[in-house]
Amino acid sequence: MQARLTLRAFALAAVSLYAWPSLANTAFVSNEKGNSISVIDTATLEVRKTVKVGQRPRGIALSKDDSELFVCLGDDDTIQIIDTKTMTVAGELPSGPDPEQLRVSPDGTLVFIANENDALLTAIDVKTRQVITQFPVGVEPEGVAVSPDGAMVVATSETTSMAHLIDWGTKTIVANILVPPRPRFAEFTPDGSELWVSSEVGGKISVIDPVKKAITRTIGFDVPGLRKEEIQPVGIRFTSDGKLGFVALGPANRVAVIDGKTKAVLKYLLVGQRVWHLALTPDDKLLFATNGVSNDVSVIDVAALKVLKSIAVGSYPWGVAITRQ
Amino acid sequence: MILLAFAVMTLALPLAASADPLEVKVGVLRIEHSRETISIVDIPPADDFIAGAKMAMADNNTTGKFLDQSFTVEDIKLAPDDDPIAAARTLLDKGVRYLIADLPADALLKVADAAKDEGALVFNAGAPDDSLREQDCRANVIHTAPSRSMLADGLAQYLIWKQWKKWFLVVGSHPEDVALGEAYERSAKKFGAKIVEKRVFEDTGGGRRSDSGVVQTQRQMPVFTQNAPAYDVLVAADENEVFAGYLPYRTWDPRPVVGSGGLRPTSWDPSHEMWGAVQLQNRFQRMFHRSMNARDNQAWVAMRMIGDAVNRAKTADVKAVRALMLSPDFQVAGFKGVALTLRPWNLQLRQPILLTDGRGTVSVSPQEGFLHQVSELDTLGFDQPETKCKLD
Repeated sequence: MQARLTLRAFALAAVSLYAWPSLANTAFVSNEKGNSISVIDTATLEVRKTVKVGQRPRGIALSKDDSELFVCLGDDDTIQIIDTKTMTVAGELPSGPDPEQLRVSPDGTLVFIANENDALLTAIDVKTRQVITQFPVGVEPEGVAVSPDGAMVVATSETTSMAHLIDWGTKTIVANILVPPRPRFAEFTPDGSELWVSSEVGGKISVIDPVKKAITRTIGFDVPGLRKEEIQPVGIRFTSDGKLGFVALGPANRVAVIDGKTKAVLKYLLVGQRVWHLALTPDDKLLFATNGVSNDVSVIDVAALKVLKSIAVGSYPWGVAITRQ
Repeated sequence: MILLAFAVMTLALPLAASADPLEVKVGVLRIEHSRETISIVDIPPADDFIAGAKMAMADNNTTGKFLDQSFTVEDIKLAPDDDPIAAARTLLDKGVRYLIADLPADALLKVADAAKDEGALVFNAGAPDDSLREQDCRANVIHTAPSRSMLADGLAQYLIWKQWKKWFLVVGSHPEDVALGEAYERSAKKFGAKIVEKRVFEDTGGGRRSDSGVVQTQRQMPVFTQNAPAYDVLVAADENEVFAGYLPYRTWDPRPVVGSGGLRPTSWDPSHEMWGAVQLQNRFQRMFHRSMNARDNQAWVAMRMIGDAVNRAKTADVKAVRALMLSPDFQVAGFKGVALTLRPWNLQLRQPILLTDGRGTVSVSPQEGFLHQVSELDTLGFDQPETKCKLD
């Protein structure tokens, strides 16, 4: 199956790449056990270089101007700042212990980090590299999301099984919403009208109305031939028009494609093993998915909803971020 | 920075549900386990078992503060001669309706029947006896501890996957060892392994610690395992820590040891770190300054189930909580890679079995290729079609 798919993917890649517009963006992939970042050219779909970083890199994000890459280093208890031009270490952010995921605020001034060990959400000023505030949230906070207008910050806590909604204007928690077990990731739709939270153990996506502060819809997954336990949603991304949502299903080795409006699952795309996180190119043409166990990144043609290519990266790829400029 | 965090905390804390505050009292009943362990690293700590329940209490209370729910734990540690029913009554009389127990099978049944009269729910987080899940099952007893048959099947699947199909089974002389030996014999039949010889290791008494060193053990174990028919792996059934821990590296033939020594099937091990387990281990280490053992973990899971069910049901009513726990949507996050759910026919928690050498997780069962029409976790232990359990 895998071999057949790879062959097909290669054939497709050969055809599609020929016609592909050469939008040279860069995708950065964190390799959790490789202690490195793979730098991929989104036009040629090839690894340009592999850069050593600190211990256990997972969550990664780019600064607003793409000049800096923030890398959560779980075993070094810090966030490394990598200069994306030189790919050298340009500094650190005081993340606190065991940082896993982070978000940059829409205006680029703040970085939000979930501190799993301390049940805190930390906000850091990017310019001064200082902690400006911390919020006590539930046990093992992990997912962090910021609404497109920057007004709401969300942390999901894995063991508490909640999404904590924080009004960034008043700096208060305005709602704690119980979701299915082990929520790992949160993402606002591009228009900010919905917040999607993935529950890894619960196997569901909770669609939350940030105004009503309530779950309006729950999306489940059913992949024929797969046990329910194998479906463990983690990473979520939307096309910029909000028409399509993508959810990485972990050990189900699939990326689910969801209709943004009806919430119907349109398709399951077979990718590599243990798919963690996703990122779209700014033109929404390509979706990158990190496959933790098969040490590769699947590249998906968004228009065709087909897997184009798998790119071998470092050991245990986890996070992915793509330049916007 | 710390001051600031503190100031924010007061702002952020309230905003709980408008309902009346809910206080859930949980009782813990536990026996003192023997200090006669082969390895000193396995000597039970004073807060064995209860530490797991206390950490889950803290976890539950963190969630509870957002929902205006609070959880407390009352701990009763029983000496070997103490009456478990009297202890259970003490807790029930105080209004406790959830009991987490680490008791031998007979004591557990007595406590369960006393609890039934008060409409209380008991979590068996200690006893591995299959009889408690089968002919002696109770509608008010939920099992977070894996049964012997689940543990044996978990190990057996791995041995089959490794193609180590010829087993030399060595069984201790205590009733628990005999029961565990039977579980291995059943697993061998179920998955197609062959027991080439079954040998009994008699417990002749004596302590585990000695200043004379390993001289005798080094001579005894090879001789004891001599003259076995050709085998791939020695399977030891020794729940009372009499001999299994002495077997690795000392068998007559150079063969791996599994079971109660060497590669062990278990619900949890201090070295387990996959699937976010390292966070649980870190939190436990910070709270109790030691590592989390299997009993701690089974108590933690029970207390987390209570917390999660009360959070979601928004009531501490035992009937409502039990009904929620039994629904297929009640999924426990236990840091073992998949959701844990209850087998509705005997209230056993479905769970992967870790195979550990104490230094790391070697493998996790169910193994690839052991298929099941409902849940692959049901390839471990007695399955629904063969159950002798009738819940009233």
